[in-house]
Amino acid sequence: MNTIYFDHAATTPMRKEVIEAMVPVMEETFGNPSSVHVYGRKARKILDDARRSVSSFLNANEKDIIFTSGGTEADNLALIGGAKANQHNGKHIITTSIEHHAILHAAEYLESEGFDVTYLPVTESGRISIDDFKRELREDTILVSVMYVNNETGVIQPVAEMGALLEDHQALFHTDAVQAFGTMPIDVSALNVDMLTFSGHKINGPKGVGCLYAKEGILLEARQHGGEQERKRRPGTENTAAVAGLAKAVELVEEEQRARLTQYKLYKKIFMDTLKEQDVSFEVNGDRINLPTIVNVSFPGANVETLLTNFDLSGIAASSGSACTAGSIEPSHVLSAMFGEGNERTRNSIRFSFGLQNTEDNVREGAEKVASIVKRVTKTT
Amino acid sequence: MKDPKDTRVVVGMSGGVDSSVAALLLKEQGYDVVGIFMKNWDDTDENGVCTATEDYDDVIRVCNQLDIPYYAVNFEKQYWDKVFTYFLDEYKKGRTPNPDVMCNKEIKFKAFMDHAMSLGADYLATGHYAQVQHNGERYEMLRGIDENKDQTYFLNQLSQDVLSKVMFPLGHIDKSRVREIAKEHDLATATKKDSTGICFIGERNFKEFLSQYLPAQPGNMETMDGEVKGKHDGLMYYTLGQRQGLGIGGPGGPWFVIGKDVKENILYVGEGYHNDHLYSDGLEASELNWATGVVPTETFTCTAKFRYRQKDSGVTVTPLEDGRVKVVFDEPERAVTPGQAVVFYDGEVCLGGGTIDQIEKNGEYLTYVG
Repeated sequence: MNTIYFDHAATTPMRKEVIEAMVPVMEETFGNPSSVHVYGRKARKILDDARRSVSSFLNANEKDIIFTSGGTEADNLALIGGAKANQHNGKHIITTSIEHHAILHAAEYLESEGFDVTYLPVTESGRISIDDFKRELREDTILVSVMYVNNETGVIQPVAEMGALLEDHQALFHTDAVQAFGTMPIDVSALNVDMLTFSGHKINGPKGVGCLYAKEGILLEARQHGGEQERKRRPGTENTAAVAGLAKAVELVEEEQRARLTQYKLYKKIFMDTLKEQDVSFEVNGDRINLPTIVNVSFPGANVETLLTNFDLSGIAASSGSACTAGSIEPSHVLSAMFGEGNERTRNSIRFSFGLQNTEDNVREGAEKVASIVKRVTKTT
Repeated sequence: MKDPKDTRVVVGMSGGVDSSVAALLLKEQGYDVVGIFMKNWDDTDENGVCTATEDYDDVIRVCNQLDIPYYAVNFEKQYWDKVFTYFLDEYKKGRTPNPDVMCNKEIKFKAFMDHAMSLGADYLATGHYAQVQHNGERYEMLRGIDENKDQTYFLNQLSQDVLSKVMFPLGHIDKSRVREIAKEHDLATATKKDSTGICFIGERNFKEFLSQYLPAQPGNMETMDGEVKGKHDGLMYYTLGQRQGLGIGGPGGPWFVIGKDVKENILYVGEGYHNDHLYSDGLEASELNWATGVVPTETFTCTAKFRYRQKDSGVTVTPLEDGRVKVVFDEPERAVTPGQAVVFYDGEVCLGGGTIDQIEKNGEYLTYVG
């Protein structure tokens, strides 16, 4: 069956150039970067080059780059490592109710360890308010973590504004830029962030690798105990090949970001226009300030599980909220934060996300299939 | 009939060996098989662990072995409203409900059937031990070949419309053969233990479970003559004919539950397995479903079961004006219980069934059975 991938926010296909950057490392440069011989030095050079290229893209210092196993590890290191290392200055942390679980569950863990966490609400637009943030910010706030772009709605958060507000505050400022990376400008000094997370597999790089930017001089407690890699902040022998792939993916973002954005804007327009042409009733969740790569659509009268199963059986890959471990779709915490627990939209909304697997034609064809399924299932229910 | 490869069959998969083999057999016959796991109950404990996780994981492993797509669907709300509420209400009335019959009627072969049809399915299949035969214009539900496992008792509420859209791939096989097939194909669930008990209670303590939802009201255990023999923990914990857990010592006995007075909160007990009070010669039932599609208008004779895995008994069934039936037993029956199903058979064909309301003896209702 002809399949169409509308789930680039879940993960992306690897670019050929990325694979080509990784293969020689796996084939030839197998040394341990910490070894004191030629094999080690060659491997170490891969890491150095990658670090230089990534830091230059972020407008950061090479020493500020910590390679991790992915976004989740980087978020955990930022939140838990940042909180524990700075608890002598206070126990208050601010984050939002729409973060990825890598942040939310780490925050819940910190609460169980005696930290005081404030979760900023969002309005129906899916954005947090700067006024709420100002109100909640305290003298003893040690850490603020707000995602740059929400992964379910694509709504952009006022990270730069918050960064400016925190300039003279003791609190460390972290942003989870996993979803923003690749489409939004990422400049750590313009954003005024102390820490920033991104991940390889969301930007057409490899899985199992991510990065935490952590500004030189900030206090951060390692989450693992072991060797002295990554300036003692992330022990463990480095995943050299994956890091090389990550660096290549970042380079490609740098070269192609503008062209891709134009392309994705067009995809989103085609998608939405097709739904309208087909006379499907729908509403967009959080449609004010968002990325062209993500559209989160509520289909009144439909049900997430019926939609997603029908989509997949027709070759359309999309997603919604997060599946519970028993497979059934749990109401999205993001949509619940926007519209209230139990709101219909938490049970009838689907996220479509565009990327390299798409073409104008397959976006149109996919939207037509989506429209016909939505019409069919809303008729029977 | 369409070619199997163009015929979509949604299989209700529980993560057990029966539904795994049902999916396997359909796949081997060339159908377009889709495996779906139903989540009907949230049993997440304080550590965030739920048994549905493990079961769904087994569904995934089996579906991957069979190379069929798998999905899950959540019917917790429907299950709560249609099955669990009924379950509690029946206990409140002093009756002994049959949630499996209700689950089949309202969830598996209604909500789940609708879901399957909304996915473009031609049929819904399950791992039940029963058979469907197409005879001219009608569909007949037959007992499973393995008489130990026959599950038509629980399926008595299925209508002709449902029967026209179901497949029971295990109906013509013995359970032991099902295990063998699973082992031959090295299915992930080949040696998984069969689940026992009511699905939402599982292996947990029944009394403890029920007490979370219904306040237990302890009261007296009395003989029919009013002699107090001890205390009971709450009427809902006892069912007719039960011996265990009464704790009545002394000479005589053993003691059995022979009835309940919900109003006065009395549990009636009597001595001896064959205590006369436990025997009845007829019943009245409501909520009748005729799986054959033919609603009887005249008195007829057939066989019947009053509980699962009981041998059939000869009965005479007389339709009453309000759609209920009166059933007279050929021989007196022990511990026929209000709230349970009475299911009728003509040879191998399951005719349908209903819910037991009144128990009779010598032409009078037994008021003490609850």
